[in-house]
Amino acid sequence: MTERHDIVLVGAGHNGLVCASYLASAGRKVLVLESGDSPGGAAATREFAPGYSVSSCAQWLHQLHPQVSRDLDLEKHGLQLAAKDIASVLLDAEGQHLTLLGPDVRGDRISSGDIAAYHAFHGRTAKYAKLLAKVFEARPPKLVESNFADRLSLIRLGLGLKMLGRDDMRDLMRIVLINIYDLMQENFDSPQLKALLSLDSVLGSHMGPRTPNTVFGYLYRRVGEVFGYQGVAQVKGGMGALGDAMAAAARAKGVEIRLDARVSSIDMVGDRAGGVTLASGEKLEAGLVVSNADPLTTLAGLLGYRNMETGMARRVSQIRCRGGAARLHLALDGLPNFTGLDAQQLGQRLLIAPDMNYIERAFNAVKYGEISKAPVMDISIPTVHDPAAAPTGKHVLSATVQFAPFEPAGGWEAHRADFTERLLDLLAVYAPGIREQVVASELLTPADLQRDYGMTGGHWHHGELSLDQVMMMRPFPGASQYASGIDGLYLCGAGAHPGGGVMGLAGRNAALEIIRRGAAA
Amino acid sequence: MNVKSDQTMMLRTPFHSRVAAACELNDWGSWKGYTTPRAYNDVELEYFAIRNATGVFDLSPMNKYRVTGADAEAYLNRLVTRDVSKIRIGRVGYTVWCNDVGQVMDDGTIFHLGENDYRICAYARAVDWLQWSALGFDVEIVDESDEVAALAVQGPTSCAALLAMGLAGLEQLKPFGLTSFPFEGETLMVSRTGFTGDLGYELWIAPHMAEALWDRLFEAGKPHLIKPFGSDALELARIETGFLQAGVDFVPAESAVRSGRSRSPFELGLAWLVDLEKPVFNGRRALLREQAEGSRYRFAMLDVEGNKPAHNSFILKGGNKVGTVTSAAWCPTAKSNIAFAQIEMPHGAVGEELVAEVYYQRELHWTRVLAPCSVIDTPVFNPPRRRATPPGPF
Repeated sequence: MTERHDIVLVGAGHNGLVCASYLASAGRKVLVLESGDSPGGAAATREFAPGYSVSSCAQWLHQLHPQVSRDLDLEKHGLQLAAKDIASVLLDAEGQHLTLLGPDVRGDRISSGDIAAYHAFHGRTAKYAKLLAKVFEARPPKLVESNFADRLSLIRLGLGLKMLGRDDMRDLMRIVLINIYDLMQENFDSPQLKALLSLDSVLGSHMGPRTPNTVFGYLYRRVGEVFGYQGVAQVKGGMGALGDAMAAAARAKGVEIRLDARVSSIDMVGDRAGGVTLASGEKLEAGLVVSNADPLTTLAGLLGYRNMETGMARRVSQIRCRGGAARLHLALDGLPNFTGLDAQQLGQRLLIAPDMNYIERAFNAVKYGEISKAPVMDISIPTVHDPAAAPTGKHVLSATVQFAPFEPAGGWEAHRADFTERLLDLLAVYAPGIREQVVASELLTPADLQRDYGMTGGHWHHGELSLDQVMMMRPFPGASQYASGIDGLYLCGAGAHPGGGVMGLAGRNAALEIIRRGAAA
Repeated sequence: MNVKSDQTMMLRTPFHSRVAAACELNDWGSWKGYTTPRAYNDVELEYFAIRNATGVFDLSPMNKYRVTGADAEAYLNRLVTRDVSKIRIGRVGYTVWCNDVGQVMDDGTIFHLGENDYRICAYARAVDWLQWSALGFDVEIVDESDEVAALAVQGPTSCAALLAMGLAGLEQLKPFGLTSFPFEGETLMVSRTGFTGDLGYELWIAPHMAEALWDRLFEAGKPHLIKPFGSDALELARIETGFLQAGVDFVPAESAVRSGRSRSPFELGLAWLVDLEKPVFNGRRALLREQAEGSRYRFAMLDVEGNKPAHNSFILKGGNKVGTVTSAAWCPTAKSNIAFAQIEMPHGAVGEELVAEVYYQRELHWTRVLAPCSVIDTPVFNPPRRRATPPGPF
């Protein structure tokens, strides 16, 4: 006898758990199936060496939507911040760092003119981020069918644009399609400031500073400020603690979560998605299937192209989803010594990207399937704020490293050791002696991230965040508003509007849409 | 000028030497880049060869795509609107295929050549669509358009002519059947198919054997009054028997530029080709919606009063325009004036009386006729000999 469920949700990533919680709050019975042994997806903590654990995918919390946090009552379910309002520090080999938090920037090598220019720039772009945040909080409107709610969303967007005032509206329209390099050149002199903001624009994407869409990438990141984050925050216990809190919240609302239950296919019943088959061979029937997996995994992998029409198969196959970020985890037998930073300052977000051309060159490599010779790094030393992540007196360093291709020539195993060495050499430029402190190390390549977190291409956002793949075109034209293009199958992950980044909005919006559609879903 | 008359940018079919020799009018048209005769010597005589003896038409430019592999049937079933599993080995099926929004991209035939082995004959170039459609299927798609030469041999004496050429046992081949014969060391494939609505066959052979086939066929067919025919005669025959022509009676959906100019199978009177019981095929979701919400247009076959073909006519109802004619001809055998029209819903139901606004010219003098016409439900030419197996001994 096959089990019959109201809703089966594939993947206990953070968006999946958020979606399940909202659905359960509305009285729906939800079964969440997770292939891994812990909930949270990219919000994960893992022990990578005995006694040393680390946020193994996402490392900073800076975009989680406050409404989601409140509705799931995450604090009650155990979410605690180890630190917040963490500044970003662009490292300098001589110790003349640049520090940025919110509208404020300081450093030995930045002019007062640039400080003032950044203040103004920050204020102006904050307004754009606010407009974007509004758009992110609702389902994307469809353009062709004249639905009243969609018209209202479009009117609100138009009105929001208008409310910016003539100059700001014109400025936003002018910059939103261009690249961050040009925008930096026209606003600032400081190579450090330009590099820091450029790095924020390209993190997690397959883009360099001169790639179109990177201004959008920058504004996307700035949405975190609208949601109440000044700089970034660090979760106590690592990002996995957030996953655990979300899972606890979901269970409290009646959601059933099965771990170690890998879905091997989404099954059609007639012309609808009507269930799933597990790797164990077990079959489950469902009134609705909701997938937190990325669109390519969901549609090309689990459902299969043959269950969709040709035009849709073509669009799915063309989703751009190449990641370029790797993760480096180091177990250290002491606190590293970064030139020009004291022990407490090591708890900040440390960035290696001396100037924009450095980032561009690092990106050039992956365009040709090569590994960056001089990569960009976004470093955290979580044990500064949360000593429990390592044995007493020991430390953990974790870094997002760009750019690393999904599949370098010769395969990753031919490059893994060399690349780790290269990264240690690079770190040693800013933290002399760090090599000698390394007890254990781990490198997660984009291919590893795909394997461990089910993200096609190792892409954080489950699909590039570029203007052809956002809003009503996300994940592809014809599948917006969380419907997948297949009856009975919905998408609730980062591949759906608005995108990834431990925000929780894709999951929330998807649940609200499914609830709104009711029996018609 | 130093340009030789045989220098042309047009492609030539494998039969070109024979076709050119027979083409007394030197009246050439372009079919997908191939130079093909509109008429050889007299359209009426060519037409009557189809209806009263044997007519031969060079259809080599037809696009032919080979589909092989373990998923060939599943692939075709997702591609086209009808149930391909019902086309057994050795059979041919007529079908249409749609894009995702349920608009007809083309019509054509599927030849089930063998286990996991099919050939699609199509009006439009389709290799990109066929390749995209192959995502997720274990199939190989090969464009065989230039590797297969083909002749249509149509008319009441066609079977007798082919028997005389040595195709023993051909009389047992049923309509839409498929068989093969040895031919001078090669294989000659014969299908009982055609575009004339008469008894007829289509012959498929390797291009280097084309001329030999033509020569043998015309030699054997001489006593059966065999005669080549061009596209103008074919046009008369196909209208008389109710066959749609892609690019004329509908715009292939992927080449339509303007929104709303393409048509669904329902709007072309081809609902009988659509099997909505199949859970997934291209256009199904849109066609289900159309079925629920209603179509925009209806295909109507019109019997028009008088003998002036209603070329390009507006169709009127109570003085208002409700449709346009896509194909029209005075049909000599049926002695009917037939037009195909796209009629705006809800008009165009069988039996409905409409008016065709016909313009014609005699020696620079234009005349407008408001010809009453009625919507008929079956083609005016549909003789029993088309289906008889074995065919009568004409």
